[in-house]
Amino acid sequence: MNESSSKGHPCRILIVDDEPAIRRFLQTALADDCFAPVLAENGHAALAAAVAAKPEIVLLDLGLPDMDGVEVIARLRQWSQVPIIVLSVRDREADKVRALDAGADDYLTKPFGVGELLARIRVMLRRSLQQAPEPVIRIAELEIDLARRLVTVRGATVALTPTEYELLRLLATNAGKVLTHRQVLKQIWGTAYLEQPHVLRVNISNLRRKIEADASRPRYILTESGVGYRFRSDS
Amino acid sequence: MHPGHDRQRPSPEAMLRAAQAEERQHRRGHLTIFLGYAAGVGKTYAMLETARQRLAEGREVVAAYVEAHGREATEALLEGMETLPKARYPHQGVELAELDLDAALARRPELALVDELAHTNAPGCRHEKRWQDIEELLAAGIDVYTTVNIQHFESASDIVTQITGVPIRETVPDSLLDQATEVMLVDIPPEALLQRLRQGKVYVPEQASLAIRQFFRPGNLLALRELALRKTASRVDDDMRTYMETRAIAGPWPVAERLLVCAGGSPYSERLIRATRRLADELKAQWFTVYVETPRLAKEQQENRQRVWRDLRLAESLGAEVATITAPSVPGAIIDYAVRHNVTRIVVGKPAKPRWREMLRPPIVDRLIRLSGSIHIHVVSFQPAPPAAGTRSRPRPGLGSWTDYLVSLALVAVITALPFLFWRDISPTNQVMGYLLAVVLAAVRFGRKSAILTALFGVLAFDFFFVSPQWSLTVADTEYLITFFGLFTVGLVISTLMAETKMRAEALRERELQTESLYYLSRDLAVAIDMASILEAVRKNVGEALEARLAVLVPDPEASERVRIAAASEGMALDAKEMAVADWAFRNRRPAGSGTETLRSAQLLYLPLCTASRTFGVLGVSLAATADFFSPHHRRLLDAFAAQISLAMERVDLARQAEQAQVLAARESLERALLNSVSHDLRTPLVTIIGALSSLHGESPSLSEPKKRDLLRCAWDEAERLNRFVGNLLDMTRLEAGELRINREPCDVQDLIGSALTILDRKLADRDVSVQLAENLPLVEMDMVLMTQVLVNLIDNGLKYSSADSSLEIAARLDGEHLLLEVRDRGPGVEEQHLSRMFEKFYRLPVPEGVGGTGLGLSICKGIVEAHQGSIYAVNRAGGGLRVVCRLPVQP
Repeated sequence: MNESSSKGHPCRILIVDDEPAIRRFLQTALADDCFAPVLAENGHAALAAAVAAKPEIVLLDLGLPDMDGVEVIARLRQWSQVPIIVLSVRDREADKVRALDAGADDYLTKPFGVGELLARIRVMLRRSLQQAPEPVIRIAELEIDLARRLVTVRGATVALTPTEYELLRLLATNAGKVLTHRQVLKQIWGTAYLEQPHVLRVNISNLRRKIEADASRPRYILTESGVGYRFRSDS
Repeated sequence: MHPGHDRQRPSPEAMLRAAQAEERQHRRGHLTIFLGYAAGVGKTYAMLETARQRLAEGREVVAAYVEAHGREATEALLEGMETLPKARYPHQGVELAELDLDAALARRPELALVDELAHTNAPGCRHEKRWQDIEELLAAGIDVYTTVNIQHFESASDIVTQITGVPIRETVPDSLLDQATEVMLVDIPPEALLQRLRQGKVYVPEQASLAIRQFFRPGNLLALRELALRKTASRVDDDMRTYMETRAIAGPWPVAERLLVCAGGSPYSERLIRATRRLADELKAQWFTVYVETPRLAKEQQENRQRVWRDLRLAESLGAEVATITAPSVPGAIIDYAVRHNVTRIVVGKPAKPRWREMLRPPIVDRLIRLSGSIHIHVVSFQPAPPAAGTRSRPRPGLGSWTDYLVSLALVAVITALPFLFWRDISPTNQVMGYLLAVVLAAVRFGRKSAILTALFGVLAFDFFFVSPQWSLTVADTEYLITFFGLFTVGLVISTLMAETKMRAEALRERELQTESLYYLSRDLAVAIDMASILEAVRKNVGEALEARLAVLVPDPEASERVRIAAASEGMALDAKEMAVADWAFRNRRPAGSGTETLRSAQLLYLPLCTASRTFGVLGVSLAATADFFSPHHRRLLDAFAAQISLAMERVDLARQAEQAQVLAARESLERALLNSVSHDLRTPLVTIIGALSSLHGESPSLSEPKKRDLLRCAWDEAERLNRFVGNLLDMTRLEAGELRINREPCDVQDLIGSALTILDRKLADRDVSVQLAENLPLVEMDMVLMTQVLVNLIDNGLKYSSADSSLEIAARLDGEHLLLEVRDRGPGVEEQHLSRMFEKFYRLPVPEGVGGTGLGLSICKGIVEAHQGSIYAVNRAGGGLRVVCRLPVQP
């Protein structure tokens, strides 16, 4: 939270949930010097609050009484690039994917711990503050030199196919953010491959074998079951 | 019991009959018939007048179809009355106006006026006849007023034809008159009618004007009027009789008569049947019509067969009980049937045959009289031949084809040549034996005609070649004439016998085939446990037996009172029109389509599959020959098939209901277990959570910092446990409800294991976990989220049941078309008797305190794996520990 406080003002955070208990819990957990929570209990109130309060980050519950959460995301995205973290219950992977495809940046499965939530918020805020991408991405022992298209693990160069490199670059430049299968497929292979998930699986598998120490317990490219992939971010 | 007392009380049967009739009347609409004796007596006018009275009484009256024929007085009566628009049917360039049955049914008035009961509908209408439309209206509970002339009733039509010389084409069954709640006779004196005709007040269709004018002769009209009066009077008599019967008014009850008439497809049969109906009416008797099928029928022409079936249908529509019997002899079978059914009189016709034919073969009448015993025989005689249109063309035994001649000639030639070649001094007697042999051979191998020809040629050859004077057809010794006669007669007799045996055998074989197919069907249906196997059995057996193409239609769950195809022969497609016919048959529980009187323009015959309680669907049949639709053989067999199928469907339905009840019971007991488990497993963590939080909230000063942290840790752990349990419960519920949808996608097995390990990262912190992956594992089609959950559950179990320092192995390898996913621990293993049951719901293994789970984890795994068409099992490892294996198809 150093980032926010260093800017001198508390970060405005819009919390959208129809459950009073959850709103109260989030408000209590987040209300300190670093955050200034704004509450909304339904979609219309959320959209109004987004215009009035100009939040720096949005926590959005998908199950709203008046409108679909995905619809709220789509409307927000028409004019704002504010980071959106979706809060959703387990077993609704399809909803999460829809929300992410609509423009949400991340999701959290209820119930979640405050530590986890703060970590996610931090990643989002840092990403939105970041101006230009770093030419070299360093995470643990992995180093990606975007300018020279060079990937090294523990100093040793890794030979990647062009597709694997593109895949790694896409994931790494979005570190901390969940990318859905469709988003990755569309960006790397194009729309024609949207229904060809095995292409992605095979390339991810190969990529892991090359950069992970133990491909069975990946540390860089994390799988979000049924949703997509998330590149590890040091936070 | 004094007989006199008995007489005062109505018999229970009579009460029941009256009650039934009354009940039927309640459910159905009332039919009122305005009966006239000729066009122009004012039926429509009378009907409208009565209808206006009803309207004035406040009843809801709708003119569904009224033909005013431009008469002003009639049209005036229609004014102010709700009139339904007529349906239009284009037919050969002309547009025909018809009753719009569906509109009338939809409008559902209290009382509908439908003119001209005997009208024949335009092609394309649902029913062939308007009286069938009216039946449907009545069945829908709508009262109907209708008009008809006396000559249109079946039983009267041939008398009318006789009287007037004008054939009656449009007829209605007499049963309608019996059904009618009221019959109103519309009567004016014939002179007045003729007057009206002259004034042009009677509507006469242009094209028929000559015939109609011929019809309107004073003599004809008088006769028709008498017929109409008599018919009405007999109905009044009926009503009176019913009244007397129910009120137990003693009267001269006639002895219960039962009549029987034999339909034989002769041109007289129709008249005979009508005559019997009239006789039955007069005697208040029940009557039967039987058709005796002899093996000979198989040889008879299709057309004659059809005539027989038409007769039977006519008899049925006139109210007879109809039966078909197969027997070698007609009179024997008739008497047999009559005795069994307590028939008192048999009605037979006596067609005038040439005397010599009667001598050769005594007419059936004579044989019947000889056999009849106490049964009266009514002989009805007819004037010679009715109009030629009705005569039957009995197949004449032809002179035989050229093959018959050839065969016969060849046989005779061989026999004749034998003595000339080998045995010159053969005696003529033995030569005759040779010819006899040829006759027998011909009869056996080539049939009747060839045998007769052989006999004839044999006689000629014998005479020509062997009887002196040789080489001439003259005979010196007249005694040889006896030989000729004998040879020829023996030939005839043998050939006839052979032919009959053959025909009988064929008829038997056909019967046998049908019985067999019925047997096979019932056998297959007996073991059918579900709808699919019933449909399969039907397709296999019925299709084969009748060489028919068929479709089984079952109720459409998406539209009430509609059916959809459940199974059909290959290449069978039903268009919207055919489906509408099927729907009709389904709704009305009556056969429809080809071969019936309803919607007969359809390609298929639709038989409803119903039992007393329910209708299960419709059997649509397309027979190879259209004529077969009318064959009682086929219909009987089809009816039998339909009955069998309906019963099987009912059985399956009942079984399903029983099973549902059982499932319900099982579910109930499960729910009890669930409730027990829930109350325990939900409360336990809550006790800790609430306890810990309340003590922290109270801020009792005695709590030290480490203690506080301890309490918080406890509450957190228990909350996590609660979360897991609720998650498991939800999964279980979803599995149980069948709502767990498997979202298959190609998955990397390593990825799967990786995400499971990532989820358990915290728990696995300092455990020795090894992953053994076989080389070149393909992508496996599965639901990644659910399978991750399975793996997490299994690994979690392994962790729980084994000591912290033991190792855990996760392995994946291929076994043919299956992926084997294994989780192995070095815990205590599971006792053999628990191995198979540990995947059951709420089955808890006897485990050390503190380890116990919810009893749901493994059963959820099982549910998910099985939803993937896989299997899951556990085995104890050599050297201790448990190995749980998921076996999943790589490509489902």
